[in-house]
Amino acid sequence: MSSTTGIGASVLRKEDIRFITGKGQYTDDVNRQGQAHAYFLRSPHAHATIKKLDVSAAKKAAGVLDVLTGDDLAHDKIGGLICGWMIHNKDGSPMKAGAHPALAQGKVRYVGDHVAVIIAETYAQAKDAAELVVVDYGVLPAVVDMNTASKGPAIHDVAPDNVVYDWHLGDKAATEAAFKNAKHITKIDLVNNRLIPNAMEPRAAVGDYDAGTEVFTLYTTSQNPHVARLVLSAFVGIAPEHKLRVIAPDVGGGFGSKIFIYAEETVCVWASKRVGRPVKWTADRTEAFLSDAHGRDHITHAELATDEKGKILGFRVKTKANLGAYLSTFSSCVPTYLYAPLLSGQYDIPAIYVEVEGIYTTTAPVDAYRGAGRPEATFVVERIMEKTARELGQDPAAFRRKNFVKSFPHQTPVIMCYDTGNYSASLDLALEMADYKNFGKRKKESAKNGKLRGIGFSAYIEACGIAPSAAVGSLGAGVGLWESAEVRVNPVGTVEVLTGSHSHGQGHETTFAQLVSDRLGIDINSVSIVHGDTDKVQFGMGTYGSRSGSVGMSAISKALDKVIAKGKKVASYALEASEKDIEFKDGRFSVAGTDKSLAFGEVALQAYIAHKFTGAELEPGLKEGAFYDPTNFTFPSGVHICEVEIDPDTGVTTIAKWTAVDDFGNVINPMIVEGQVHGGIAQGVGQALFEGAHYDKDGQLVTASYMDYTMPRADNLPSFQIGMTNTPCTTNPLGLKGCGEAGAIASPPAVINAITDAIGHENIAMPATPLAVWTAIQSSASKLAAE
Amino acid sequence: MASVTMIVNGKEVTANVDPRTLLAQFLREHLHLTGTHVGCDTSQCGACVVHVDGRSIKSCTTLAVACDGASVTTIEGIGTPDNLHPMQAAFRENHGLQCGFCTPGMIMSAIDIVNRKGHKLDEHTIREELEGNICRCTGYHNIVKAVAAGAEAMAGK
Repeated sequence: MSSTTGIGASVLRKEDIRFITGKGQYTDDVNRQGQAHAYFLRSPHAHATIKKLDVSAAKKAAGVLDVLTGDDLAHDKIGGLICGWMIHNKDGSPMKAGAHPALAQGKVRYVGDHVAVIIAETYAQAKDAAELVVVDYGVLPAVVDMNTASKGPAIHDVAPDNVVYDWHLGDKAATEAAFKNAKHITKIDLVNNRLIPNAMEPRAAVGDYDAGTEVFTLYTTSQNPHVARLVLSAFVGIAPEHKLRVIAPDVGGGFGSKIFIYAEETVCVWASKRVGRPVKWTADRTEAFLSDAHGRDHITHAELATDEKGKILGFRVKTKANLGAYLSTFSSCVPTYLYAPLLSGQYDIPAIYVEVEGIYTTTAPVDAYRGAGRPEATFVVERIMEKTARELGQDPAAFRRKNFVKSFPHQTPVIMCYDTGNYSASLDLALEMADYKNFGKRKKESAKNGKLRGIGFSAYIEACGIAPSAAVGSLGAGVGLWESAEVRVNPVGTVEVLTGSHSHGQGHETTFAQLVSDRLGIDINSVSIVHGDTDKVQFGMGTYGSRSGSVGMSAISKALDKVIAKGKKVASYALEASEKDIEFKDGRFSVAGTDKSLAFGEVALQAYIAHKFTGAELEPGLKEGAFYDPTNFTFPSGVHICEVEIDPDTGVTTIAKWTAVDDFGNVINPMIVEGQVHGGIAQGVGQALFEGAHYDKDGQLVTASYMDYTMPRADNLPSFQIGMTNTPCTTNPLGLKGCGEAGAIASPPAVINAITDAIGHENIAMPATPLAVWTAIQSSASKLAAE
Repeated sequence: MASVTMIVNGKEVTANVDPRTLLAQFLREHLHLTGTHVGCDTSQCGACVVHVDGRSIKSCTTLAVACDGASVTTIEGIGTPDNLHPMQAAFRENHGLQCGFCTPGMIMSAIDIVNRKGHKLDEHTIREELEGNICRCTGYHNIVKAVAAGAEAMAGK
């Protein structure tokens, strides 16, 4: 097909037209006939027993249809929310998962926990009536600090010391031996600050029960509607899968926070049968801050052992991970299997040992947020690499290069086998784009102006795709992580692709259509991509972990292979030739060595009219499906270089220059890929400089609005320089690695390495606010004065 | 209930509303103009920006009754899929959107910036002027390019 719309072309997005004209269809834009509105009464306490809950006055309030509580859930035998990844302790025993009812049953465990739902004719009436619910709380001490959480009180009876699991990975003995032989040991203590995802579209749900067909429909802000249906059906027990339809229409950003099956969506769909009316709920922003799953929140001590030349011998890491008050859907795997296997970074490290404690606190559940475990791992690796280079007096780029993995495939000591890569190529390009050799001049120039200039590196690796299914199953996953696709060719040759991936900003309607257009040789406007509806798409695992390209598109590619194979059979009858002589190229089926040919659309018509073959010879129609299960993770990698200038009088950090060089393997649409990198960097810079969720000692979320939680804005960021290298992935048919999370993974250590370089002081926490930077500068200054 | 009359996208509308109805609610729920989004309800994110009597305002913190007699323009009022406003076209051509949720407010703010600051906008000015609009997807890089291109295109219109 024409290179302007095929693989590798920066095709403008098909989906944009509806978004730029206000015609997007997000969940809150869905209105059902007779719809009522839900308001959730939430706990104002971090930790309390519910001694009494009286909803009788609220039930009588104007417009109220019903007020439902945890007792009603129990009465209807609605199960609790689940965590879908089993982690085992060092001793082999299973993790301690406390019950997670969608509405509190006897106890609340964080501020924002769900006490009751009020359903009324209007949202305002429901909110007004919530004031009439009487709750007598027996307030218990909050558990906020991970370091003292074991002293209690217990948040769940099953975990008396508030430890969810005590897990490890790697070879302890080999790592200890490596440290015994070390010439130098670098030590670092790090906090990976807690973040709140903040997709711009707040979560929302409309539950709609049809008593005539006994079918529940849930419209919801989900990255994976089939997973939502599976959980709501098989575990929560709303209805069997064939009586439950989940629709995720346009979704306004996810970043992980819309993977999970939450209380509100569950309650809306259940309550729609209870009250006999569709029930709608849309979060306001403070509800989103309080009850969306948060991200990160690790405390880590790490040590790196090197020999006399600076070659790495061993790496040991000890991490405490805050999991919040309940185990959210995939929370348990984030600080374990999505974290520890990435601790080898881009480096050849002979021995690694990692210990992770997962901890309950009376805070919102913590789960996957853009990068999920991999940013936390990269922060540890790239901070200690930078610190080690400084302690050894080596150039940070040269020190990294010396330790790069240079031959592939490479088996790390922590599960992963990297299939391919060329880390030096990305570093070389990044050094050139960043004009590293003239950094010293720029630093002097800044010094003349009374400013401190610093440069920071981050050579990241991530693991995308999160599959093969058998492998993740052996590590505790409750589901397979393949993807499905169905390619339906219409008699006129237009094509619908039904995919289990879900687009919430990634542009699948364009990139997936580029693949189809390229392979079938048809106009990109003759292709439509269907996703987000369990009644249309048979099954799918959804979009997260940068998996839609490497896994989702690979499934489409497999289905397209089958369409072409069937097309050749049809063409052989229509062209009266042997099937083995039929060739397919540039959208035409032709008989080799002749001028006889048919266009793709003509063959599609022949497949449906079925005049040229009998049913005994060939089935009519042209529709093929495929399930694709990867044989390995994919390993995108790259080098980001951040250059900062700091005003020592105010502590304000300005990002002077950002260079990103990424190896995503083959790229379908460079414009969209670059957009993913830009957004990821902004979120990582947000983490490094601005964002931080803060609970006070009583467990109150102090940062619960945009006036208190600093989101990166246009005037906080520079434009970015983006470069790419390409070593195609060897384990999927398209050579794709995934690009969705790289920016957020790479950027925080690049920023902090640049700041610590500028101020000559390693000890700075994220977010590096002006106050934090100024304070660090003052302490170095006083240290210098004392010397 | 309170009676409110305003001109929305060139058409006069009258309705009886609960006096606490916000302009964003009025547009979305009464007029079904769902292109105006509510992202934060505290005037911080700008997803709800519309123009009232030619000036950009945040409709999530404006009472509908306060707009009685006013002329309101929403994202649906500036262009259509077949006849895009130059700023709408610029957002698409520069990949200035991903999930699309902040986009209507961004476009309405961008037009207001051009109305106030002219058609030649440098990067610094655009970044400063976009302070009241949050995007979580794009890192603003392509939004800045889109606003500059849209501003120039508006000069030719």
